Amino acid sequence: MSEQHPLLSLRGAHFAYPGHPVLKQVDFTLYPGERVAIAGANGAGKSSLLHLLVGLNSLSQGTLTAFGLPVRREDDFRAVRAQAGLLFQDPDDQLFCPTVLEDVTFGPLNLGKNATQARAIAEQVLDQLGLSGFAQRITHKLSGGEKRLVALATVLAMQPRVLLLDEPTNALDKPTERRMTELLLGLPQAMVLISHDAHFVDQLATRAVLLQDGTLQDATLHRHPHLHSHLHIHGTDTSDHSHQDSLDG
Amino acid sequence: MSLPLGLIATDSDSCIHRLDPRLRIVTALGLAMTTLSLGSPLTLVAALLGAVLLTRLARLDWRVLLKRLLLMEGFMLLVLLSLPFTTPGEAWFTIGQLTASQAGGWHALHILLKAHTVVLVLLTLIATIELVTLGHALAHLRVPDKLVHLFLFTVRYIAVLYEEYRRLRLAMKARGFVFTTSRHSWRSIGWLVGMLLVRSLERAERIVAAMRCRGFHGRFYLLDELRWQPADRVAGVLFTLAASLLLIIDRY
Repeated sequence: MSEQHPLLSLRGAHFAYPGHPVLKQVDFTLYPGERVAIAGANGAGKSSLLHLLVGLNSLSQGTLTAFGLPVRREDDFRAVRAQAGLLFQDPDDQLFCPTVLEDVTFGPLNLGKNATQARAIAEQVLDQLGLSGFAQRITHKLSGGEKRLVALATVLAMQPRVLLLDEPTNALDKPTERRMTELLLGLPQAMVLISHDAHFVDQLATRAVLLQDGTLQDATLHRHPHLHSHLHIHGTDTSDHSHQDSLDG
Repeated sequence: MSLPLGLIATDSDSCIHRLDPRLRIVTALGLAMTTLSLGSPLTLVAALLGAVLLTRLARLDWRVLLKRLLLMEGFMLLVLLSLPFTTPGEAWFTIGQLTASQAGGWHALHILLKAHTVVLVLLTLIATIELVTLGHALAHLRVPDKLVHLFLFTVRYIAVLYEEYRRLRLAMKARGFVFTTSRHSWRSIGWLVGMLLVRSLERAERIVAAMRCRGFHGRFYLLDELRWQPADRVAGVLFTLAASLLLIIDRY
């Protein structure tokens, strides 16, 4: 089985913006079938970490191995980006083509598919996401929820093995959020997801990590007994947490 | 939210709307050039009537057209008022110290007729094309890729930037900002513009990043194919005949 072979593996990663260190000595591994939630405060470097994995940021120290191969240069990252699809926080950043069809076929065409193949992939993906009939819609006239789903379609059209999701349910209404959750649950890809939405993380994540003060630690998904339950994520080594008995994650 | 982008009735269905966008662009340019090279009042009036006929064929709303034309009329008024008095030539009439020349009068009339014809043709043939389709048609007409992409990116993001501007402006209003001609007002507007530029730059960087994630390496691909229909050929021939006829009559 491929269980032993990680899809993505980051070792001893350091990353800094000019004059502002973000990640220190970060180790992160993603295995097939996993859906890992990254928790952490605003500005903790969660998005930076996702961007590192596809080479949009570059490591100042450390190594990245993706799909069994070491990744160093831009050329290496091109191959990685085809297999690790990043969904951006703001779909307006991702959808830049005039029509939905063009946007969804943009990736496959870049990967060397011809127009007919690209169109077939696009139609299949749109269909899979319940967006058939959207092909000729103008991207900037879509609603926020539709934009997010189409953005997901553009990523899936690359036929990636890993999905990197940067706040995929941010600013979605409840029905659209539910639809997004169901769609993601139905996908076979391993995922890394950033989300502040505890309910969403609860339904999707198989494991969680916590990014704090530039370091990454394993975390547990855990509940408090209330009239209804909330999901909270703490670092595993946090000694003083007051809800010890309710640990079930 | 909608931007005043100058389009009219892009979604209505008429024999003009059904023509191939490439034909409409080429024809509009051809007819505009023809009109500009006409010299006699007779052919100019005929051309203007032709342009009016085109607006009828496209079933454009008169009120919308007149509104558009009004934007130009201020300038036209200036031309009408100034040209007769500033062009030397045989006297036409005199108001006090000012003498209008006949040559100037003709000149003003020419400009008036030509401007209206060209604007009506452009409004009918080009302003009725959806911007995205216009971009694609330009690409198919072998307009340089960079220009087409600049155009399409503008179309795609102008609304996003406008929305960003509107949000910032609303937030200013919410904090009691009223624009006056004070130093504070101008400085605040300066910051607003500066912030828009910074945000646009950052957005551009994020868009490029998102494009690279999807394997972008400097090339765009066109998906759609435009196909010439029999009606396009007929219309093309008709437009060419009409333009030629005008040019020939104009010569004699």
